Amino acid sequence: MPGVLTDVRLHVVTGKGGTGKTTVAAALAMALAEGGRRTLLVEVEGRQALAQLFDVPALPYEERHLAAARNGGEVVGLAIDPELALLEYLEMFYNLKRSARVLKRMGAIDFATTLAPGVRDVLLTGKVKETTTRTDKSGRFVYDAVVLDAPPTGRIRQFLEATTEVANLTKAGPINRQSVGVLDLLHSTRTAIHLVTLLEEMPVQETVDAATELAAAGFRLGAVVVNRARPTLVGDGQLRPDGTVDLAELRHGLAAAGVDAALAEPLAGQFVEYADRQAVQAENRARLADIPASRIELPDLTPPVDLGELNELAEYFS
Amino acid sequence: MTTRRQPPALDIDALLRDEETRIVVTCGSGGVGKTTTAAAMALRAAEAGRHTVVLTIDPARRLAQSMGLTELDNTPRPVKGVEGELFAMMLDMKRTFDDVVSAHSTPDRAEQIFANPFYQALSSSFAGTQEYMAMEKLSQLAESGEWDLIVVDTPPSRSALDFLDAPQRLGRFLDGRMIRMLVAPAKAGGRASIKLVTVGLTVFSKVLSKILGGDLLQDVSSFVAALETMFGGFRQRAEQTYQLLKAPGTAFVVVAAPEPDALREASYFVERLSRDDMPLAGLVVNRLHRAVPGLTAWRAEAAADALAEKADSDWTEFALAEAALRVHVETALTADHDARMARRFAAAHPDVATVAVPALPADVHDLDGLRRISDLLALS
Repeated sequence: MPGVLTDVRLHVVTGKGGTGKTTVAAALAMALAEGGRRTLLVEVEGRQALAQLFDVPALPYEERHLAAARNGGEVVGLAIDPELALLEYLEMFYNLKRSARVLKRMGAIDFATTLAPGVRDVLLTGKVKETTTRTDKSGRFVYDAVVLDAPPTGRIRQFLEATTEVANLTKAGPINRQSVGVLDLLHSTRTAIHLVTLLEEMPVQETVDAATELAAAGFRLGAVVVNRARPTLVGDGQLRPDGTVDLAELRHGLAAAGVDAALAEPLAGQFVEYADRQAVQAENRARLADIPASRIELPDLTPPVDLGELNELAEYFS
Repeated sequence: MTTRRQPPALDIDALLRDEETRIVVTCGSGGVGKTTTAAAMALRAAEAGRHTVVLTIDPARRLAQSMGLTELDNTPRPVKGVEGELFAMMLDMKRTFDDVVSAHSTPDRAEQIFANPFYQALSSSFAGTQEYMAMEKLSQLAESGEWDLIVVDTPPSRSALDFLDAPQRLGRFLDGRMIRMLVAPAKAGGRASIKLVTVGLTVFSKVLSKILGGDLLQDVSSFVAALETMFGGFRQRAEQTYQLLKAPGTAFVVVAAPEPDALREASYFVERLSRDDMPLAGLVVNRLHRAVPGLTAWRAEAAADALAEKADSDWTEFALAEAALRVHVETALTADHDARMARRFAAAHPDVATVAVPALPADVHDLDGLRRISDLLALS
């Protein structure tokens, strides 16, 4: 990770749906675990995306070993289940686990975890805070860093600020009290928000919007991670000024390489189309330049990404 | 080599031109091009002479502008530049909720509801409200009888299934046992106390007030009490809309990109539709990359490397051919991947009619772009 972020304990990874934020979060967790460190990779959307990515059985609501990082580090995974988080919470504060069955029958658990505005997000961020600040007997942090595979950009601010909203709705009670601690962590410099994007119009637009919004709301931006960038292959001047290909020149080259000359025309068409794509990528890359955050560009590893490839991606963060 | 069975082709024109088709719902995970597909189908139907409206949830800015949707005003607006009658609207979830409340209550009571903090939270951020309101708007459009065809885009949910489940979940909650108990004291006064003396409720309300704070519970309770008198229950309404989706004349079009996650979601959706007897028209696989046939990636790579070696003497002579070959390597590998993904889905769902739309170099943000997509949808 760029040196400036070594003081960060909680890495929140968000991005528009389909940009590969889970893969990026996992690669970042691998990078942060290198050299004997221990990182916790957390998912909150109930998709079991970590289990799929690391090819392990579905994660229960428990911290489980996911992978060894290079030079002796470890990545631990946790899939937070809001319902179980609520029960854990009730037990912790009220020793109320026995009433859980009753609560469930009444629909109260359903209410609190899926329907009550923001309560679900409060429970999730509450648990994230607990893992981030947890210490062992000697007072050392149990995890050197926590990486959160967060909800998508469209919901990220709502997610991070659920505690504020709930604090307003519930003017008293322990949720209100707990909210304050969560807000402190999320707004501090120990938390950085990383934005994952593709070099396409909509994801870039969302990234620019989210960056502006999050910065204005007092969150610390980490890196803009450009995922699945296609290589730049069309060189300057290889297209004629009118945007076409010099077929004679192409045929000449193909002949020298022993490629069927009949392919020259379709290959020229494909080349022009790729040049268009490349131009769109460049345009979108330029739009990201205004965001005051470091930028990391990852190559296009066509999914599904496996563990070896995660290590490969992790190198881009080191 | 054995030939793989091709999935049946999804005939978009037959679907859109059929007068029996009244509602088309596009669904799929986020970022697969649902909105664009919905808009392209609506445009095609309109230009085939059907009086069409497209309900979009969260369109890209430039796409919205191209359809004349400059503001979120929750009313179908005619789209200019279409040879036919195409209307478009963007869902304003809060406004739709407000309209539901206004339409079913007196102005005084509506004001009371609007001022309720729980209602304010519910109508703008409650999980499932967007899905519920998309359904609500859809039934309003259907009830108006004004449209030959309604094309609906679904909200960008965590899971595509949320669109089907959230309204009922919300309806179940608002009409459920817990709410009835909360409301009971307000409604029935002393009589309710007999019912209320149960261990469960005591624990329940105690815990909830403890966790959420007493204010919230009171807000919920007075909100539901106010709402209850207005119309025959949320659940009933949610149920009605759900039935509309099962009615003949509705067709679901599942949209995916050739990626494992998107296709997994598409699979869930296809299975769910079949389980609930909901009419699946087929699958649209967007952004399928294609490469020039007749040259494998590894052959192209070897040829490009050979040219690179020769280039030492006169580097510009073969530069163009080398670049074109490298572009081919990249494109052919991507195309192979996409084709493999599509095949995998087809193997799991051999009966699902499918159409593939090739990847375009840039996003669509004008009517011509939509027309191009709609041609591609109908062609393949």
